[in-house]
Parts: sequence; C-alpha cells; structure tokens
Amino acid sequence: MPSLGADMDAGRLLEWYVQPGDAVHRGDIVALVDTDKAAIEVEIFDEGVVGELLIEPGTTVPVGTAMARIEAAGAARPAAAAASAPPPASPATVRPVSVPKPAPAPRRATPSARAHARELDLDLEDVRGTGRHGVVTGADVIAAGRLRERPIAEGAPEAAPAAPAPSVAPVPVPGDERTRLSPRARRLAEELGVDPSTLRGTGPDGTVTGDDVAAAAGAAATAPMPAAPDAPPRSEAPARPAGREKPGPERYAAMRRAIAAAMAKSKREIPHYYLTQPIDLERALRWLEERNLERSIAERVLPAALLLRATVQAIATVPEMNGFFREDGFEPSAAVHLGVGISLRQGGLIAPAILNAQDQDLSALMASIKDLVARTRTLQLRSSEMSEATITVTALGDQGVESVYGVIYPPQVALVGFGKVVARPWAVDGLLGVRRIVQATLAADHRASDGHTGGLFLAAIDERLQYPEEL
Amino acid sequence: MTEAEIRAAIMTSLLTVAPEVPPDEIDPTKPIGPQMDVDSIDFLNVLMGIEERTGVEIPERDYAKVQTVDDTVKYVAARLA
Repeated sequence: MPSLGADMDAGRLLEWYVQPGDAVHRGDIVALVDTDKAAIEVEIFDEGVVGELLIEPGTTVPVGTAMARIEAAGAARPAAAAASAPPPASPATVRPVSVPKPAPAPRRATPSARAHARELDLDLEDVRGTGRHGVVTGADVIAAGRLRERPIAEGAPEAAPAAPAPSVAPVPVPGDERTRLSPRARRLAEELGVDPSTLRGTGPDGTVTGDDVAAAAGAAATAPMPAAPDAPPRSEAPARPAGREKPGPERYAAMRRAIAAAMAKSKREIPHYYLTQPIDLERALRWLEERNLERSIAERVLPAALLLRATVQAIATVPEMNGFFREDGFEPSAAVHLGVGISLRQGGLIAPAILNAQDQDLSALMASIKDLVARTRTLQLRSSEMSEATITVTALGDQGVESVYGVIYPPQVALVGFGKVVARPWAVDGLLGVRRIVQATLAADHRASDGHTGGLFLAAIDERLQYPEEL
Repeated sequence: MTEAEIRAAIMTSLLTVAPEVPPDEIDPTKPIGPQMDVDSIDFLNVLMGIEERTGVEIPERDYAKVQTVDDTVKYVAARLA
C-alpha cells in the first residue's frame, strides 16, 4: 500500500486492474485505492508477472502493507506498489514496514486505539470516536492525548482562512543512525514493529516522538468513509467519467481534518517568508482575448493558464523555487511538476500536479488544467499527481480576494498565489490610465531561498507576462 | 427558443456545474459567481453548456453582460433574435 499523500496512514483497495498471470511493466496502473481525499490509481514500479493478489477489494490496510506478489523470471518475491516515480524530484515515501493487517474493528474501538489508550493512560470512554458507527480509532486516541497534554492543540483544525491556503503534511523522510528517540517512542516502536531509524522526528532537535512512531506504523487507520451519493441531481447528469459516485460529506470532513493538521505542521516547520507584487496584465489579457476570438469555446484559454505558464517559464530564471527541501538541503528539480490549487465544491482544497508542465505550451497547459480540474472534482487522481508537485500555484479562485498568502506544501519550497484580476488606476507612459492588475504573491521557504531570490522570481513572472506572445 | 426555454437552458448549465446549490435559492438578479462559488474553469463549463443548448457562443468581451441569470437570459435572447 503506497503512501499517496504525506498524511496518509492507510488506504482501502477499491479494485484490482490486474489478475494473477498478467504481465506488468513499470508505470502500469494496477489498482484503484481509496484514501481520505480521493480514489487514486496506483502505478507499479516493478516488472514481471502478477503472482498472487494478497488483498481483497474493500479491505483497508496500513501504508506499507504488501498488496501483491510480483514474480520475475520464475522467482516469487513480494513487491509493494510504491508511489515514488523515477525522476530525482520524487519525494521519499515511508519505507515499507511490516505491520500486521488490523483485525476487523470491534464495535467500540480499534486495537490500535486500545494500545494507544493504554500507553497514554486514557480511558476510551472519554474519547470521541470518528470511525464508522462511532468506533474509536487510533487517531482519535492520539488526538485526545494531545489535547490533554497541550491546552492549545497544535493538531487542532485552525479556522479556514478566507482565501484558500493549500498545504499537505510533510512526507516522513528516512533518518540516520543517530536518530534520537523519546522513551515512549522506543516503547511504541517495539510494540508496533516500526524501525525508528526510518523516521524523521518532529520533537525538539529532531527527536522521534511516540506520535511519529504511531503515525508511521499506520496505527491511525481511519475507518473507510462510505461514498454516499448526494441528493438526486436536479439537472441532467454532468459529463463525468462513468462509474464514480459523488463523494459524500464524510469524505470532505475527513479531508478537512487532514488539511488542517497538515497546514499546522507546515507552518510549524517551514520558515515562510512572503513577497507580493502587482502585475500589469493588460497586454497579456488583450493578446489573449484576440487569440480566443479566433477559437471555439472548447479551445478558449483562460487567464489562469497564462499565469501558470509564466510561472513555469520563470523557473528557468530562478530554479531555487522548484524542487524539494530534504534532510541535506534543497534539491532542485529538472522537471516542473506544477501543483495547481483546486477547490472542491463541498469545501477543501487539493493541489494535484500537472506533470512535466515545462514541456507543455499554452494550449496544452490549458487542456491539462481542464482535465485535472474535472478529475479532481470527482476525486479521481493518479498517485503520481498527488505526490510529485515541485512547486504549487493557486490561480483559479476568481471569487476570492486580491492577494493570496498561502501555506507551502512540504517538501516543496514555494507557493505562488494570484488573486482576482482587478481594474485599477495605473501610470501608463506618464498618464493616468486604467489597467487590469493581478496581485502575485510568493510564499517561500527561507531555508531554500531568501527575499532577494524570491523577488527575482516574481519579477521574472511579471516580465514574461509583458510578452504574452512568447508564453 | 422561448424565454422560458432559454432560462431553462441556462439554469441547467449552471446546475450541471454546481449541482449542490438548490435552484430556488439562486437570485437571478444578483451575480452568479459568489452565489454558486463558480471559478473560472466552472464558468467556462457553464458557457459551453449554454452554447450546446442554445447555440449561442459568448465571447470574453461580453462577460460583463452575463453576470446574472436575468442578464444572461436577455443576452442570449438578443443574440438569437
């Protein structure tokens, strides 16, 4: 079971796309897995022949559990379908850990919830269960423990800001031999069968805490959220890919919890700095309007596509904004996998990636945006789109504010925000005119860049938008 | 097309994009965007729906004329006349 998002502890297998005896190649999509956020198609990175499928559709297993055996040249060996892709820009996933599949949840609390409750000396009666039928899950017990220890719970959901502030929890990164453990972490690691040297600690000086161990063990398995269909549609069915139910409200609630925890963690760990720049978009918009007049609505290109394209191109000038920050520092990425902030109609924001955006011209990028938005709204995304973004841009919220000050998605190092386009008085050739202006903002990781570099990046985006023909 | 048919076409296009909004809660005299949380991609999809159902393609320079449901009905009717 791959880690398909940094805050994912377990996934539910929905469907196998292969059967024993099928040949599989690197990159083939072999299964559909349900997470808190979306149904995600899982790619395999081994070559060979499918031997045995170890998990039945409908089962939830912790991240790291082996899902199938892949045989190569007659030798049978287990392989876990992993989410990381070949390019150097791929984030580290949690190293597969052998944790026994959770026993079917008893009516009131999961085994991991009981284990945590013992450890934390908590009475399960005092913990509110958020699993199916009110079952108390490991996550519920951990959260209750945190609330008891710290009056201002860092993990508690913050009020959602007016402008969408996207972020996702960091993916745990393998540590080194000198990893420090708290006593509780050591106990939990033994009990849960986790190798603590694979973890990056969130305690003081990078100490691995009990929470880190518990999270890595996938002990905080959330009960599968039923995808309840909405009220019958009042209009003809929208053009959605066949076979997907509309995600129910419980899924969105789970997503909001995940986002809230991730935002808190990002702000806690990344030293953000913020820059803002108004950009005169008048030339670009006039150029675009002329271009769009010659095309059908289906080929119409949105201003957002211009903004995304300019951002992608600006990375060539300031590559310090594109890549991942890891243990050893910043790793720039040759490819630009552009995370796009997309809001979900029932609330929540998700930022899947347009892969290899650097190779796409304006029309291709526009097509990619439309495709990604459509699949995001129905929560049908691929594992690589969920984990590979090297930089994220939020530019689609037209009903929003003028400036977007966002929260970076670790391990990325930058988030570019574009607000609403507004007509403003502007100095043009020494005279007062009216121009359509967009406020661009940059949230950046101060460990990877400084204000000067960030300023150069915004200036590069501005520059590109003054020459739309070259976009 | 009658005005009722045009209105139906527009409402259907809107509700296809935002199915969770109760149609009787949409004020036809106020801007659609804030009422239905429609972003730029959604808006494009609405326009495509209107074009499919009425044959009228709305260019970017006329976006200001189609901010409310009533205005859109008027605009489409005028284009079809």
